[in-house]
Amino acid sequence: MAEETATAAVLVRKEPDREVLEEAFQVKVDAETRIEPKDWMPDAYRKNLIRQMSQHAHSEVVGMLPEGNWLTRAPSLKRKAILMAKIQDEGGHGLYLYSAAETLGITRDQMYDQLLDGSAKYSSIFNYPTLNWADIGAIGWLVDGAAITNQIALCRCSYGPYARAMVKICKEESFHQRQGYDIMMVMAEGTAEQRRMAQDALNRWWWPALMMFGPHDAESAHTSQSMKWKIKRSSNDELRQKFIDATVPQAEYLGLTIPDDQLAWNAAEGKYDWGEIDWDEFRNVVNGNGLCNRERLETRRKAHEGGQWVREAALAYAEKRQQRAASAPEKKEI
Amino acid sequence: MTDKAPLHELPLFEVFIRSKNGLHHRHVGSLHAADAEMALTAARDVYTRRSEGVSIWVVRTKDITASSPEDRGPFFDPNEDKMYRHPTFYDLPDEVGHM
Repeated sequence: MAEETATAAVLVRKEPDREVLEEAFQVKVDAETRIEPKDWMPDAYRKNLIRQMSQHAHSEVVGMLPEGNWLTRAPSLKRKAILMAKIQDEGGHGLYLYSAAETLGITRDQMYDQLLDGSAKYSSIFNYPTLNWADIGAIGWLVDGAAITNQIALCRCSYGPYARAMVKICKEESFHQRQGYDIMMVMAEGTAEQRRMAQDALNRWWWPALMMFGPHDAESAHTSQSMKWKIKRSSNDELRQKFIDATVPQAEYLGLTIPDDQLAWNAAEGKYDWGEIDWDEFRNVVNGNGLCNRERLETRRKAHEGGQWVREAALAYAEKRQQRAASAPEKKEI
Repeated sequence: MTDKAPLHELPLFEVFIRSKNGLHHRHVGSLHAADAEMALTAARDVYTRRSEGVSIWVVRTKDITASSPEDRGPFFDPNEDKMYRHPTFYDLPDEVGHM
């Protein structure tokens, strides 16, 4: 009898513990105190962040591929050097984000595996091909522009390492968008053929760029919980509208036409009205049937497997040097 | 497949950067590398592409000993009630002037 009561007491004590922890966690989040790696956090918060951050990291890394297509064909040495620097940045951004995600307890190898076996997603925008040089301009201007809109909001994310990575990334992304717009300006002011290429690029990248913000708020599976935990600070639709309002005048300046016949300034609401995204296309590309899904993953897989011997050799070399240092007579350093 | 144990991930390093002389090194993030020397080179490429630093430290993550957040209260507690360590604890008359 006494034993039974003791067990019951333990059970009673354990149950509220979790609730108390979760409540204390939410109080911290509400008070804008950042959550750091070793702090207690609900499992679902951890999982949600790992999903979002690894997906974000994969997007940076896969995002290098469409641009890599033009590295050897950039029209001048200046453009080639700029494009190289931008692609290098994207690789760096992937690294900041992988590192930040690792603080949540997932390993780098696990994340790579999830990307390569298709269980983790990356931004669908990178499953579209880069067909002409103006695409590189359109990617910088629109794709990086949309990414910045998203990422500025994430700089205030409740998870410290993610927010810090975002601050650094945002500083670097600004150059990406400006170099893209710079390409578009040159093309738009160029020959008739160049203007046609610029317009063609805008036609193909506009809608996929709007899709980058994800489903409408009403359809978004993760939005409300993420907002409560302050992982997300603005909703998909808010950010998308912000991007449209900022970008339409930029297209006008270029003398290019946004491929949306319902686009119109709504003076009463101080924002642009616009048409509707082709959600069938969105779902199709997310589900792996975009033009380049297979090619992108195949390229990543080859790069990862092709680098295996380098990683092994580097480790073997480090090990050998360590052993040599250990067996060598001790040197006094002054 | 050989019967050798599978190779582990490259070890994790934490990266600290001094942005200019006169300032402390600050933690900026982490990266994987086979050894400290390669970690330094990688840290230069990853974290100082825009002259963000004049000096880099790399430390194996597993070599860092950290206080744990659960002990935050008791661990730091002894300092909480020693207000006399702060200058504002002492009321001095205005005539004394700035001190």
